[in-house]
Amino acid sequence: MSEKSGSHKSLWSDAWKRLKKNKASLVSFYIIIFVCSVAALAPWISPYSFETQNIDRILEGPSADHWLGTDGLGRDMLSRLIYGARMSMSVGIFTAFFSLILGGIYGAISGWLGGWVDSMMMRFIDILSAIPSLVLLILVSVIFNSIRFSENPEIRALVGIFLSLSIVGWVGVARLVRGQVLQVKQMLYVESARALGASGGSILFKHIFPNILGPIIVILTFQVPSNILFESFLSFIGLGLQPPYSSWGVLANDGWRAKSYPHLILSPGTAIFFTMLAFNLLGDGLRDAFDPKK
Amino acid sequence: MSRFPFGLVLGWGLVLLILVAIGIDLSGFEIPSLYWPTLLAWTGVALAYAIIQQGVLVYVTKRLLEAIFVLWVIATLTFLLLRFLPGGPFDEEKALPPEVKANIERKYGLHEPVPKQYVNYLIKISQGDLGESYKYIGRSVTDIIGETLPVSAQMGFYSLLLAFLIGIPIGVFAANRHNTGWDSAAMIFAISGVALPSFMVGPLLVMIFSFGIPISAFAGLLPPALWETPIHYILPVVTLGVRPAGIIARMMRASVLEVIKADFVRTAHAKGLSQTLVLYKHVLKNSLIPVLTISGPLIAGILSGSFVNEIIFAVPGMGKHLIQSVTNRDYPLVLGITLVYAALLVFANLIVDLLYVVVDPRIKLS
Repeated sequence: MSEKSGSHKSLWSDAWKRLKKNKASLVSFYIIIFVCSVAALAPWISPYSFETQNIDRILEGPSADHWLGTDGLGRDMLSRLIYGARMSMSVGIFTAFFSLILGGIYGAISGWLGGWVDSMMMRFIDILSAIPSLVLLILVSVIFNSIRFSENPEIRALVGIFLSLSIVGWVGVARLVRGQVLQVKQMLYVESARALGASGGSILFKHIFPNILGPIIVILTFQVPSNILFESFLSFIGLGLQPPYSSWGVLANDGWRAKSYPHLILSPGTAIFFTMLAFNLLGDGLRDAFDPKK
Repeated sequence: MSRFPFGLVLGWGLVLLILVAIGIDLSGFEIPSLYWPTLLAWTGVALAYAIIQQGVLVYVTKRLLEAIFVLWVIATLTFLLLRFLPGGPFDEEKALPPEVKANIERKYGLHEPVPKQYVNYLIKISQGDLGESYKYIGRSVTDIIGETLPVSAQMGFYSLLLAFLIGIPIGVFAANRHNTGWDSAAMIFAISGVALPSFMVGPLLVMIFSFGIPISAFAGLLPPALWETPIHYILPVVTLGVRPAGIIARMMRASVLEVIKADFVRTAHAKGLSQTLVLYKHVLKNSLIPVLTISGPLIAGILSGSFVNEIIFAVPGMGKHLIQSVTNRDYPLVLGITLVYAALLVFANLIVDLLYVVVDPRIKLS
C-alpha cells in the first residue's frame, strides 16, 4: 500500500471512529437510514394506497386497521406518511446534491480564479442572499408554475420545487467552497504540486477537492433538513405539491385545516421533527469528527 | 477629566425608549403617533454618535451605498422576472373584449414598451410610490404595505425578543453546568426547538390553549387567531420564537464555553472574584458578541417563518399578502412586498454589523 492511500484512509477512518463515539450522532445516522429505507420501500411496505378514499371511515383516530388513523377523506394516514417520506426525503436529498454541484462549481471557479472575477461573483451572491429565501422561493416557484413545460401539473410542481430549492440552496455552498478553495490554494502541498508541473484541473480535483470534502459533507447534512423544511413551507402555503399527492408539508396543511383532530397534524409534524433532529445532530457530529481541533 | 457621558446617556436612553414603547403596546394602548419620530430620531443620533466616535463614517457610507445598489439590482431583477412571465394579470378565464383590455393596460401604463415601463417604475419607487394594486382596485401598494408591515414587524420583533429572553439564559445555564445532566437537558431542549416545525407547534398550541384538546379546562384560554390585543400576540409570538430561541441557546452556550477559557477570566478568578461575579461581569458581556452576529440570519429566518405564521393565525401581515398577490399576479404588490422584505433584511444586516463594530472595538473593518 502506498503511503498516500494509507494516509487518505486514516483521515476518513479517524473521522468515522470519532463519529462512532458520539452516541447522538450515531443514533441519528441510524434514524436517517431508517427513514430513507422507508421512503425507498414505500410501495411495498405501506398498508394502503396513498390516495384510496374510504368515505365510511373519515377522521378516525388510530386503530388496528389504520395505525395512525384516517384523514378527512378516509385515506390511511400511515400510508400517506410513508409516501410523504418518499417525497420529502427525495426533495431534501436530491436538491442538496443539485445545489452542491451548482454551488460547488461556482464557488470553486470564484475561489480558484480570485481577483476581480471573484469579487464580481461574490457580489452577485451577496445580492441573491439579500432576498429572504422564502420570498425568493415563492418568486421562483411562481415562475415554474406559470411556464407550462409539461401538461402534467404534478410534474410541473415537482420540477418547480426541485429547481427553486436548488436555486435558493446553492448560495451557501458556493460561499463555503470558495472560502475553502481560497484557504487550501495557499497550502504548501498545492504549491509543490504546481512546482512539479501539475495542471490547474488536476490540482483542483486531486489536491483541493479531497481536502475540502469534510466541510462539504457537513454543509450537505445541514442542507437536507432545511430543504425538507422549505418544501413543507411551500406545500403548506399552497405553492408546492397538492393533494391527493403526499408530502409531509401537504399532510401538515391537511391536518391544520381539519383543526381539532390532533392525530392529523401530529404524525407529519413528528416525522419532520425527528428527521430534522437527526440531520442536525448528525451534522454536529460530523463537524466535530472532521475538525478534531475543536 | 470627566466629560459628560454622551454615549451612555444615548445608549441607555434608547433602551429606555424601546422598553416604554413595549410597555405601552403590551398594556393594550396605542403608541402615541409622536413617539415613532422621537424613537427614530434618538436611534439616528445614537448611531451617528457611535459611528463618529468609532471613526467608521467612511465604512458606514460605503455600506449604505452598497445597500442601495443591492436594492436597485433586486428591483430590476424582480421587475424583469415578473414582466416576462407568461400570462398577464388581466388574463381572466373569460376573455375580456380587446378594447377593455387595452383600456385597463393603459390605466396601469402596461401599453408602453418595457424599457419605458422600467424607467417609470424606478422613478416612482425612488419617490416612495410603489404603484397601484391590480387586484385591490384604487388602492396603492404603499398603502397596503403601510397597513400590513407594522403588524408583521410587531410579530417579528416580539418573537426575536422572546427568543433572546429564553435563549440567552438557557445557553448560560448550560455552559455554567458544562458536562452535567443539566447541560444535556438544556441542549436537548434547545435542539428540539430548532427541529420543531412551526406548522406543528402553531396548530398544536391552538388545540391545547384555544380548543381545550386534550385538557378541556384550557379551552378558550387564548384566542386561536387574529392580531388585535396583546392576548392575541401570545400564540403567534411563541410559535415564531421557538426556533430562534433554540439557535440562540446553542450559540450562547458555545460562546460562553469559549470565553471561559480566555486569560482575563482566569485573571478574574485569580483575583478571588466569585464564580457568579465573573460570570455576569466578565464572561456574559464578551460572549454576547458572537450571538449578536447571528442576529442577521435570525431575522431572515423570522421573515420566512412569518409567512406560515400569518396563515396559521390569520394575522393580517405582509406575508399573507405576498402569497395572495403572487397567485393573483398582482405584479405591483409582489414587487413592492419583495422590495420591502429585501430592504428590511439589508438594513437589519447593516445595523447588526454596525452594532458589532460599536460593541467590539477589536473588529477590523474591511
